[in-house]
Amino acid sequence: MAAKKITTPLTDEVVKDLRAGDAVEITGVVYQARDAAHKRLVALIEAGEELPFDLAGAVVYYMGPSPAKPGNAIGSAGPTTAGRMDAYAPLLMRHGLKGMIGKGLRTAEVKQAMQDEGAVYFAATGGAGALLAKRIVGNEVIAYPELGAEAIARLEVVDFPAIVVMDCHGGDLYAEGRAEYAREV
Amino acid sequence: MTEIRELDVAAVTEAVKGLCITANYDLPVDVYDALRAAQEAEESPVGREVLAQLVENADIAAADRVPICQDTGFAVIFAEVGQDVHLTGGEFEEAVHEGVRQGYGDGYLRKSVAEEPGHARRNTKDNTPAIIHTSIVPGDRVCLTMMAKGGGAENMSSLNMLKPAQGWAGMVDAVVETVSRAGSNPCPPVIIGVGIGGTIEKVTLLAKKALLRDVGSTHPDPRIAAMEDELLEKINALGIGPQGLGGRTTALDVFIEEMPCHIASMPMAVNVQCHAQRHKTVTL
Repeated sequence: MAAKKITTPLTDEVVKDLRAGDAVEITGVVYQARDAAHKRLVALIEAGEELPFDLAGAVVYYMGPSPAKPGNAIGSAGPTTAGRMDAYAPLLMRHGLKGMIGKGLRTAEVKQAMQDEGAVYFAATGGAGALLAKRIVGNEVIAYPELGAEAIARLEVVDFPAIVVMDCHGGDLYAEGRAEYAREV
Repeated sequence: MTEIRELDVAAVTEAVKGLCITANYDLPVDVYDALRAAQEAEESPVGREVLAQLVENADIAAADRVPICQDTGFAVIFAEVGQDVHLTGGEFEEAVHEGVRQGYGDGYLRKSVAEEPGHARRNTKDNTPAIIHTSIVPGDRVCLTMMAKGGGAENMSSLNMLKPAQGWAGMVDAVVETVSRAGSNPCPPVIIGVGIGGTIEKVTLLAKKALLRDVGSTHPDPRIAAMEDELLEKINALGIGPQGLGGRTTALDVFIEEMPCHIASMPMAVNVQCHAQRHKTVTL
């Protein structure tokens, strides 16, 4: 499959052009954040305080890496289950978040917010953390270092492979792909 | 009079440390071969691409000595301790925890254990405690198996207290429903361990132990082997496919372990495991 090359931060035009099933290669900055970091980001937004990074056009990567070996930018770095961030994602989208990289199902509320706000959900291959780490060339913890693997980090990625699973038009490859290959036994 | 063999628990620590590291770097050959075979057989182009990434990922992890997956798991230790062994030099369970502590530290493995889970959820920072299942067996050896169990797949597992009247059909429905509901979440293609019988705590252990079998192996009891084949066919008819993106390969294998149960009960547990089925065994 020929992959679409996209760069971050994402613009509305790029997001609108992406359809469920598209293979992409992402280059630019993405922000590592998972459960504990999301809880804190939402608390900051609700308190009206400044966030550790600019959400406008931002892509978050639901991921908590293993420790980097000396000489490596990062340890193994595959996606975690996105559904655990569903409670937080719509608010972040309303504040500018345009892309999410993870794996697994999302709620109807998240899918609706993606259509309302114009955002996209990419699946990276879960359990391919050694391979995906090779596409991450920069890694700087920018908030909550005390959270260890759950800290927020600014990651520089080059040709990071992912697949659009849910687009801003309501497309959902999890549902469509499954329907295509399901059969009666 | 039986000869008693002395074994210093320092050897247990050293062994557990090594198991934690190698289990996380080296995908078992049976799982690797199953992924390659699935790559050949998969009809979905996206599914084939995902499976190709998983094979390449295993190659990179083994060559670069890095974890296959960043979720290096909860350390589950199955210890079979020979009754003719006298463990010396310290406490056995502390020796296992120390092995996990050293393995997860020296091996650059992620620490994924939170203490006080109902409130503080503080990371214990060394991946302890291990989950230890000890059984006393004949002989003078200690056999240790380490399974690295990730959170995403464990979260999709299920316990089903069925009625005896539901029979095998009820069990099939419960297993298929568990995998269906999990969808893309547990990183398919999955491996499914099914426990049948026993009590509420025993059946979940049976399901987990079932995962230690080699992918592609056939159960010695032909009736159970046929049940496993039926479940695998029905699961792979769901269409979930590699990473849930659609395809024929939803599960690589299904393993059943059973034991007697109460006449009023039919406990059944489904332990869902991701494609990165990481486990290693050593005998001391």
